Amino acid sequence: MPDAPGLELIRGEIERDCPGAVLATSYDRAQAALLVDPARVLDVLRWLKEQPGQRYDFLSSLHAADYLPHTPRFGVHYELINRERVERIRVKAMLEDASPVGGDDAGPAPVGAGVVSETGPAGQPLPSIDSCVDLFPTADAQEREVFDFFGIVFRGHPNLTRILMPDDYVGWPQRRDFPVGGEPVTFTYSERRYD
Amino acid sequence: MTERLAEVGISTDILDTPDRDREIMTVNVGPHHPATHGVLRLVVDLEGELVRELRPVIGYVHTGIEKSCEDKSYWKVIPFVERMDYVSYFFQMEAFCGAVERLIDLEIPPRAKYLRTLFLELNRIHSHLVWLGTTALDLGAISMLWYCFRERDKILDLFEMATGQRMHTRYFQVGGVIEDIPVGFEAKCRKFAEEMPIRVGQYEALLDRNEVFLQRTKGTGVVSRERLLELGVTGPLLRAAGEPWDLRKAFDYLAYPEMDFKIPVGTVGDNYDRYRVRVAEMVESASIVRQCLDALPDGPYIADDRKYVLPPRSELSTSMESLIHHFKLVTEGYRVAPGEVYYSIEGPRGELGCFVLADGSAKPARVHFRDPSFVNLQAFRDMALDSYVADMIASLGMLDPILGGVDR
Repeated sequence: MPDAPGLELIRGEIERDCPGAVLATSYDRAQAALLVDPARVLDVLRWLKEQPGQRYDFLSSLHAADYLPHTPRFGVHYELINRERVERIRVKAMLEDASPVGGDDAGPAPVGAGVVSETGPAGQPLPSIDSCVDLFPTADAQEREVFDFFGIVFRGHPNLTRILMPDDYVGWPQRRDFPVGGEPVTFTYSERRYD
Repeated sequence: MTERLAEVGISTDILDTPDRDREIMTVNVGPHHPATHGVLRLVVDLEGELVRELRPVIGYVHTGIEKSCEDKSYWKVIPFVERMDYVSYFFQMEAFCGAVERLIDLEIPPRAKYLRTLFLELNRIHSHLVWLGTTALDLGAISMLWYCFRERDKILDLFEMATGQRMHTRYFQVGGVIEDIPVGFEAKCRKFAEEMPIRVGQYEALLDRNEVFLQRTKGTGVVSRERLLELGVTGPLLRAAGEPWDLRKAFDYLAYPEMDFKIPVGTVGDNYDRYRVRVAEMVESASIVRQCLDALPDGPYIADDRKYVLPPRSELSTSMESLIHHFKLVTEGYRVAPGEVYYSIEGPRGELGCFVLADGSAKPARVHFRDPSFVNLQAFRDMALDSYVADMIASLGMLDPILGGVDR
């Protein structure tokens, strides 16, 4: 981990090359994090990856969290490692909920393959952020997982479809307002037959 | 004849194909196939016997564990997360408990650190034994399964002796471990740790000069180190390609800084190196188990913070204070101040990370596991492309995915 002053130094250097991209820093429980502008997340990731002397070139995890009831609601986290200095840094982009007043958890399910737009077939807007698959190929499956569970669209992802849930599933199950236990269990006697 | 066929309107494309073997055939492998090590489905495009395209399809055992965890108080999450990667349950427990301990800033006593390290390394040997037995079985070495599962059973006996359960032990607690190791455990565990390197030597004697095994593994499934790093692959797969990256050495957690062990690395990065690295890791793990037993410090096995840790059973009948704490902890659980932590450890398959988001209530607002199998599976296409179907199966075995962890 860079310590708190080290984090500020990194922030200062990013500020010089990409002004305004880093909104804030946080150093909490010995973990360093950069809060970035979601529109500029790729600039910051590329800087951290390619800047000589930094080389945070290993993306160990990409995941999201729903901060409901806070706004902005969704956070996409990038856990980067510098393997030479053995340091971790977290890049965090907060996304506004695209349709704040209810209803979005019945969001669109892309049936079959294909790239979804930022709004689903039913027209519900979805939050979106640039995909970092070109920078970090490891993000492919993890971005699909975030899309699958939170309905966050990664612009430019080569194959943004559901990965763990069924293709015809409706809704974004890891959102905090998605109910638990609301799904009826299918038994043989209650199973709907396909015609 | 071509003209005749064209006259009656029958397509002659297939006759024009110069070589019938060039036809692409799509084959579905799994999800219920023993060689896929779980419910993994592979859609494979074959040209003759060569794999030309490969799409893993996952999600068949997705059970929504991460979502379920949001509905449980912190201490009730532990048995859930154990069941993700069902071969390395101690690691899941450590990832989650360690993340929560960092959230509440709770230091665990030295004895608990050593006990956790001990059980993690036993679990690592257990996991590698399951891998070696089943993968060697895929490659036709049936007897390996019996030898590996014999030693695995001894580890399970140790788990049962210390924790009461053979699998899914729920032994690690936030703050330490649930109870001390029983009398006689140390001697039994020491005997196992002394014996294990000899057993590993026997496995090597069975496999290292086995012509079939060598031909199936040497030079197959090679992926370069740079490509593996791009794909986020960690653990023995990455180390087999020559990158000495091990979180036990890189980051400071549990008793690993006090342990003396080596990181085995390969050179070529083929399936044979993956086998060598894992087998060498078993020997190193046995050595860590011995060191833990030698240096096991005395003292409490769980932290003494009544706000987070259950009071000892004996105090419940004499101390009102303890009874209240016990009641509060068991009914509501403890509240965790808002914050978020990502804590990662070196699992048997690579970096196992746990992200916990606390919102101030007694239940986590998000529990996410960065499962190494899930990420490593992305390298499978690179490993299997343009190889024979049989080598694809060998590569899958050497990749060692646990689908419970992939799908969660």
